[in-house]
Amino acid sequence: MNILVFVKRVPDTESKIRIDQQSNSIIKEGLNFIISPYDEYAMEEALRLKEAQGGKVTAVSVGTKENQVILKKCLAMGADEATLIKDDAGETYDSLRVAKLLAQAVKQKFTEPHLLLFGKQSVGADNAQVPSMVAELLGMPQANVVTKLEIEGNKGTAYREIEGASEKVSFSLPAVVSAQKGLNEPRYETLKGIMMAKRKQIPELSLQDLGMKEEDLSPQLEVVRMDAPPPRKAGKVVEDEPPQAAKKLVEFLCQEAKII
Amino acid sequence: MTEPREKDFLNIEDLFRDEELMIRDTVKKFVDKEILPEIDAHHRKATFPLKLVPLLGEIGLLGINLKGYGCPGGSNVEYGLAMQELERGDSGVRSFCSVQGSLCMFPIWAFGSEDQKKKYLPKMAEGKIIGCYGLTESEAGSDPGSLKTRARKEGDSYILNGSKMWITNGSIADLAVVWARTEEGEIKGFLVEKGTPGFETSEIKGKFSMRASVTSELIFNECRIPEKNVLPRAQGLKPPLKCLTEARYGISWGALGSAQACYETALKYARERIQFGKPIASFQLVQHKLVNMLTAREKGKLLSLQVGREKDKGTANHAMVSMAKMNNVQMARNCARTAREILGANGICDDYVPIRHMMNMETVYTYEGTHDIHELIIGRAITGLNAFS
Ligand SMILES: Cc1cc2nc3c(=O)[nH]c(=O)nc-3n(C[C@H](O)[C@H](O)[C@H](O)COP(=O)(O)OP(=O)(O)OC[C@H]3O[C@@H](n4cnc5c(N)ncnc54)[C@H](O)[C@@H]3O)c2cc1C
Repeated sequence: MNILVFVKRVPDTESKIRIDQQSNSIIKEGLNFIISPYDEYAMEEALRLKEAQGGKVTAVSVGTKENQVILKKCLAMGADEATLIKDDAGETYDSLRVAKLLAQAVKQKFTEPHLLLFGKQSVGADNAQVPSMVAELLGMPQANVVTKLEIEGNKGTAYREIEGASEKVSFSLPAVVSAQKGLNEPRYETLKGIMMAKRKQIPELSLQDLGMKEEDLSPQLEVVRMDAPPPRKAGKVVEDEPPQAAKKLVEFLCQEAKII
Repeated sequence: MTEPREKDFLNIEDLFRDEELMIRDTVKKFVDKEILPEIDAHHRKATFPLKLVPLLGEIGLLGINLKGYGCPGGSNVEYGLAMQELERGDSGVRSFCSVQGSLCMFPIWAFGSEDQKKKYLPKMAEGKIIGCYGLTESEAGSDPGSLKTRARKEGDSYILNGSKMWITNGSIADLAVVWARTEEGEIKGFLVEKGTPGFETSEIKGKFSMRASVTSELIFNECRIPEKNVLPRAQGLKPPLKCLTEARYGISWGALGSAQACYETALKYARERIQFGKPIASFQLVQHKLVNMLTAREKGKLLSLQVGREKDKGTANHAMVSMAKMNNVQMARNCARTAREILGANGICDDYVPIRHMMNMETVYTYEGTHDIHELIIGRAITGLNAFS
């Protein structure tokens, strides 16, 4: 089975994000970058499918040279190959731009993939659009926010998390699947894997290589303003004997907080 | 209040290669997920988290800087970064890896026969064979040359008699590297398998330091070791000391991790703890402490990194390693104590990490050559004069 996994480089979820109001973007200096956690579930799932059924796993990322690091990490986890689609535009938050690049790369450079795996969304941008857009552009079935995946022959079954329930969908391959937390527990990269990754080349594809021009990617979206979330209000401590405290708490929830 | 500076104050990360940072991050994740949630329970019960050993092997943290025979084959800087992260978790877990890799696998790798290497190293790298290293005796600590454990030749075997004290992993080990003196007075290394008749261990209880690590006495009573279990290329005191140099190098990095855990805890606490109507971090005396902790640690990082790069080039020597171990462990010991102090009464409880690190650092300061002994090693290197005896 030929599996493509799409991974994005995002600021570490533990980092404190600061915003530059001038350029309406986050300040990268001093930030630690990681592979988006949902993409890690996708990567792990691809490796498990390969281990069970054979095949090849290729990791793909759109971005600048710095994305080499997360691709190396994918190689260290066990991906067979990795490709960087070089786009120096940086973080545009323009999902369609990324989707077009990925769809074009799939058409042009990756022969007959069976499965395209994504994270359900990237942390940070959190648009959750790219997987669906790529599926549309390629005319493939899609299953998003998947917590369990089974592949047999050229049929797939996915269990999706929906409000208060789980939905089971089946589809034919090739297909787009996006991973939700719970799909699996990603493995640790091993030292041996990292040593092996050191020796592997990561080819780069430019817009030209994909037969695309900047005009094909004209922005569909503009970031007008970016603000940090307002600071959290201080909590309220209800101090009293348990029966009285419970009473006060209910009163507070009903009248002040208006939650119940 | 302005936003505080992020973690890497001097941008020292820029001095590392991507793969090196990748190894650090993997071990960091391992420590956050597997060690930190469990360590306090082990520390309280004085047990070692044995169930982590297969995973340590799988990730490649056993014998990191050794090549061939199923060993991970990393560089010395990679080895260092892994030790740093492990000791950010706990010195006991780092000690396990130091002993396994540098004190047990390394002598087999460097002084062993081909058969010994093939038999032991791959399984040790996987964590399927646990090793320990017996040099210290109750009456031979800083002066290992005075060791009294004897090896009497009998046919094609040696008969071991004597005992080793303060041996990390002793009671959980499948294999002990034991240094003993032959009748000719020469020190040789013996590979003693668990279950060999005449070989027993007894765990040392009542430790207030390095509690999440097993420390034992090894006892040899007419214990017969076949010739094939003697390390063929180790004669004299140099080989056991060479093993120590390997481990000490890793410890210098480990100390950085311990100091990081303490510093970060103290910084966070000081920014949140209000006394006299202000965060205690706003008082000059507290800032003084925090600044000194950070400055000392940043300098320590550069020291270990420099020694590591030299080691990777093959141009390091044991006195350089002594400087790194001596400086960084003292730094970490001070850091733990200062962090404990900043936490006030909370600092004496294991709800916060500094007290555990503070207790651990007493061992780290003493084993693998006490601080004093490293001063003497460096002193001898710069003066040409021996102040040991
Ligand atoms: C938890 C733990 C784990 C250990 N694990 C191992 C292990 O796995 N394998 C192993 O072989 N050993 C191990 N050790 C032993 C350790 O290496 C020794 O404790 C150490 O070498 C010091 O020896 P000592 O305790 O006998 O102290 P001593 O040598 O008696 O030293 C006592 C004091 O005198 C000072 N001193 C000694 N000589 C001089 C001198 N010439 N000039 C100035 N000051 C001097 C020392 O610095 C120290 O402060 C471990 C120890 C501990 C606590």
